[in-house]
Amino acid sequence: MAVTPADDELIPARDDAMPTPTVSRWRRNENFILGLASVIAFLLFWEGSVAFALVNPLFTSSPSRILAAGFEMFRDGSIYPDLAVSAEEFVLGYGLAVVVGVPLGILMGWYSRLNAVLDPFVNALYATPRIALMPLIIIWFGIDLSAKIAIIFLSTVFPILVNTMTGVRTMERDFVKVARSFGASDGQLFKTVALPSSVPNLLTGLRLGLGHALIGIVVGEMYGASAGIGFMMQTAGATFQTDKVMVGIFIIAAAGMGLTHVLRIIEKKFDVWRPDHHV
Amino acid sequence: MNVSRAAKLEAQGVRLAFYNERMKRRLPVLAGIDLAVAEGELVAIVGPSGCGKSTFLGAVDGLVKLTGGAIKVDGRIVTAPGPDRAMVFQQDSLFPWRTVSRNVMYGLELQKRLPREAMRERAAQLVELVGLSGFAEHYPHELSGGMRQRVNIARALAPDPELLLLDEPFAALDAQTREFMQAELLKILARAGKTALFITHQIDEAIFLANRVAVFSARPARIKAIIDVNLPRERTLEVKLEPAFRELQDRIWRLIEEESASMAIAG
Repeated sequence: MAVTPADDELIPARDDAMPTPTVSRWRRNENFILGLASVIAFLLFWEGSVAFALVNPLFTSSPSRILAAGFEMFRDGSIYPDLAVSAEEFVLGYGLAVVVGVPLGILMGWYSRLNAVLDPFVNALYATPRIALMPLIIIWFGIDLSAKIAIIFLSTVFPILVNTMTGVRTMERDFVKVARSFGASDGQLFKTVALPSSVPNLLTGLRLGLGHALIGIVVGEMYGASAGIGFMMQTAGATFQTDKVMVGIFIIAAAGMGLTHVLRIIEKKFDVWRPDHHV
Repeated sequence: MNVSRAAKLEAQGVRLAFYNERMKRRLPVLAGIDLAVAEGELVAIVGPSGCGKSTFLGAVDGLVKLTGGAIKVDGRIVTAPGPDRAMVFQQDSLFPWRTVSRNVMYGLELQKRLPREAMRERAAQLVELVGLSGFAEHYPHELSGGMRQRVNIARALAPDPELLLLDEPFAALDAQTREFMQAELLKILARAGKTALFITHQIDEAIFLANRVAVFSARPARIKAIIDVNLPRERTLEVKLEPAFRELQDRIWRLIEEESASMAIAG
């Protein structure tokens, strides 16, 4: 026979009270509606300023012009090579950063000697804007794909590495004590405590790395390239095609938001066990 | 309860000192602890805060190395944590990324003595034993403090240890839940038939749970007194209202107060 807990003890301690169904539709969607309204107002103001000739569209473009330019670029297919090149750079550069940064971060978090050896380099490079390395990268890799992969990798690997390392190093001492008490070996402690503790930080690192990767794409391509979204923006800018520049900006922004969203969905999966960690 | 006289745990002249970085010298924490716990017995340890109770428990678990003396469980000298002992830690030491049932399975997973299916069965039994059937797939943050401590106890019981070490397990609970959990613990231990060492700073908790109460002196700790709790073993919370209970409480309180006072003078 089981021991039965008192009734009041069985109420799970959840303080994230769900809104009651009686709350109006407006209250539930208030933030979304306000956000949408402000964006629409801004676009109308922008379009209106151009329509009433208050500003010169050569400098500001306008929502309708950007839409038309974007539509045209997709229709005649001129944007696709640029998109493909940038996407390839991103996938290879970011992928390489994850493949190198996560394991190295875990090892540096776990082995303090390895950390002592590598820390000066990691610290120095993490503190330096990696864009400053661009001239060197051009010297070493030229202006083809490998140079972009290099700059994206360098931009991205450090936030991923440093966050993963922090995650491993800041695992709770209580958990270590529990594991040791149950007779955990070093390997078991690593697998059952260090790794799972590092997951939240690791995901934060991946998200921060994402922003750095996009910067790497744009700046890398502006510095020297023959294709890519950054390159397209650079050439369009040089010839005063403001609409096209704006299309590039929107594509980069959309990519950033979309990829961040994907990572947030992954983070949500881990929220089942870290309810108070909404970043 | 049928208490046989074979000593499950024997601590002989246990000494322990830590090197203090700031004061640049060794600080003695335990100054020769002698304590024997019989099979099936529950001994509670009380003492002024910071006296070294938890350190002693850590030493019994094998987490802390002794400076002198010996600790034996079933006659074997303790040198490291082992499956014959299990610790119930203070609040929130449950792994937040594991469900209740996987938390309970933790010790079994490390020991790899059972196939996966058997581990799952064992976990299910223990979850039921501590009264949490239906919560096996919940995560710790979805449970109340009292429920989390039940899981904590189940996790410690899972590898079927000979000796259960409890380090102020109910300290973080509110007064009502604590009283309730004390009664529950007695039932769980009786059903599991375990020997236990229980640390607390609550005198009434010590008397209510224990066959004997060991009072530690101020640091460096010795055993100041061991007090037999001559109350019927089948205890309900009403026992706390009896005059005999009150008398024990007063006696232990005075012993601890003497020690706290001596510590205050010592600075």
